[in-house]
Amino acid sequence: MQLPIIASSYSQAIVAILVLAAVVGLCLQLRRFVALSLLRQSSLVDQVNRLLPQTQCGRCGFEGCRPYARAIIEGESINRCPPGGTATIIQLSRLLNELPQSLNPAVGKHQPPSVAVIREAECIGCTKCIQACPVDAILGAGKVMHTVLEQECTGCDLCVEPCPVDCIDMVELTPTQQPIWHLPNRLISPQNSLESAS
Amino acid sequence: MRLINKLLGRRDDRAPYSFFGGISPPAHKTRSLRSRLMPTPIPELLLLPLSQNREADAIPVVNVGERVLKFQLLAEPGEPQGTALHAPTSGRISSISMAPVTIESSSPRLCMHLQTDGVDAAIDVEAEADYRALGHLQLLEKIELAGICGLGGAGFATARKLSLSINQGVDLLIINAAECEPYISADEALLRERAVDVVSGADILQSISLAKRCVIAIAEDKEDAIETLVAALKTSSIELITLASKYPAGGEKQIIQAVSGMQTPSNQHPPSIGVLVHNVGTAYAVYRAVVCGEPCISRITTLTGAPLQTPKNFETLIGTPVSFLFDLCGIDSAIHTGSIVGGSLMGIKLLNLDVPVLKTSNCLIAMSASEFPAAAPELACIRCGYCATACPARLLPQQLYAFSRSQNHQQIEDHGLFDCIECGACAYVCPSSIPLVQYYRTSKQEIRQLQASQQQSLRWQTRFQQHQYRIKLQQEQIQHHKPVSIDMDSIDKQADSEETGQQATSEIPKASFSRELAQQEIADAVARVRARKSGVIASSNNNENGS
Repeated sequence: MQLPIIASSYSQAIVAILVLAAVVGLCLQLRRFVALSLLRQSSLVDQVNRLLPQTQCGRCGFEGCRPYARAIIEGESINRCPPGGTATIIQLSRLLNELPQSLNPAVGKHQPPSVAVIREAECIGCTKCIQACPVDAILGAGKVMHTVLEQECTGCDLCVEPCPVDCIDMVELTPTQQPIWHLPNRLISPQNSLESAS
Repeated sequence: MRLINKLLGRRDDRAPYSFFGGISPPAHKTRSLRSRLMPTPIPELLLLPLSQNREADAIPVVNVGERVLKFQLLAEPGEPQGTALHAPTSGRISSISMAPVTIESSSPRLCMHLQTDGVDAAIDVEAEADYRALGHLQLLEKIELAGICGLGGAGFATARKLSLSINQGVDLLIINAAECEPYISADEALLRERAVDVVSGADILQSISLAKRCVIAIAEDKEDAIETLVAALKTSSIELITLASKYPAGGEKQIIQAVSGMQTPSNQHPPSIGVLVHNVGTAYAVYRAVVCGEPCISRITTLTGAPLQTPKNFETLIGTPVSFLFDLCGIDSAIHTGSIVGGSLMGIKLLNLDVPVLKTSNCLIAMSASEFPAAAPELACIRCGYCATACPARLLPQQLYAFSRSQNHQQIEDHGLFDCIECGACAYVCPSSIPLVQYYRTSKQEIRQLQASQQQSLRWQTRFQQHQYRIKLQQEQIQHHKPVSIDMDSIDKQADSEETGQQATSEIPKASFSRELAQQEIADAVARVRARKSGVIASSNNNENGS
């Protein structure tokens, strides 16, 4: 019985190898194409946006986190996000292969997470804070007391400035679950290991 | 014969049931088993946390200052996972306030303070001699009303667990009497003296869960308890299985593997493979709830450790302060260096001895320097691999350790961090004395916090997008029909349109809305508020300044 691919001469062998190489090459190209199209689905802007804290405070000078993400891709510096602080800058520098920088002092300082609280007795119901809130976290209507939905408040403090009666406070958020576990202190100095060995 | 069985993959009948990995630490149980099970006297003050486990607080149904009787309902569960709370004795509720308890950490929880009167007057409870006459849903309701949660340690509400398993259908019910952790002897003491009641409780649990087969699994070294169990099981269809006495044979997934040979899939509960595991203590509480009609107000707690003169197993009222129990056993404070609630391997160190006994506190250990020396300094991992042979979950502890130190969350999750049961077997065998479990707990906590914050920022992002979409719609509306008619509910909308007008400079025509008038109104209001502020509420002003 004769097998289908048995080279009777050198030329046939070369043709067979070339065909094989072409098929393998095509497969590799296809794989690359699929990988690229998958990558395109989550574009770089999305990836940057995902690292930003989404407080939508606009302290970076842009209208929200996504506009800033787009600006970063177009060459804006990565150190303009005060709510994210150093952690966000480091993550961004890793993603974009840039050198990490310290937070730009012009945009303000990093502050611990906080929420806006309206002193409800003093609220006159002007709805100005409602318009300022980027995430619709303030509930209320004209001439009626307003209140902040604490769950939805990003702590951007955009509502504080427009309030005509200054009845909005930024209250620092006490974490509901304090970190209980910490990595152990590794105190391995030469003396320490000598002590344990003796 | 043994070899043939092994080759054929059959079980050797003489070998005890076992599982992969594990360790055999010294048991230290005989000390507390020398005396009989004893009830405790009633302390002056009972501290009753509204939540016995990690779930949300129960809702109190009695007021501060009210006199309550034994077995009376104090708080009903706020959510399906919660458990009801009953008065362990009669007395007066002196306050409902925050007090330190031992659930995961020593963070304060909302507690009821019950000032006892020593009379121990009880409300009438309806005993049910013939529980077999009741339907399984009626029995389930009784358990739910009795506020029973898993007394083995996790504290999951028993009624909830049972109803979940009824929905999924369960073939095998395992009553867990392995009690593998050193120092704890509460289950053994219970079985030694009340095996018949435990068997009835197991029978009730079987009839509720509709399981076809029920086994009581016990470690082979508990000879006294096995003896009484065999006697109690003579007329019952429940089987008795002896497990190899190694730690952690009492882990839920380990006991299932030892008894049935099945492994519980990652991220799934045992009912998904048709198995239900309950602790013997829970079975006893179920017996008390159904047959005697008594809610869960006490549990059996082991008190042990070198500083105690008379280590014992106590039938303790829930809410008894730990210091009260230590005093009962005659604690030698000269050599007492610290205390643990739970066993020596998985227990939590107590920072404060005023914390109460919970439904989940199975053991209290008084530590001494000779028994619990200070931890040796942590040395470098030498990759000996002992931890991998000890891990009952078949993880790679040294890899997890490396990823935990480098905070490589993706890799550590891929290596099955969340399948780690935190039994501490790896840390026990580690020759470099690395506190491995501490690393894993830290990493688990980091990952959970990160996930929570990611979810939150995703929600913020969605809300921001929706907000922008709404603004855009409003702008379009203004451009298309000008002027905007002032309709019933559009004070809000007007304000919005005004704002968008400001933002988008003068491109958008103004709504028919007098800005001057509005500003005048606001200015008036400001003046009113200022006047009121300065005049009347000086005290609140002070507060504001303070904040």
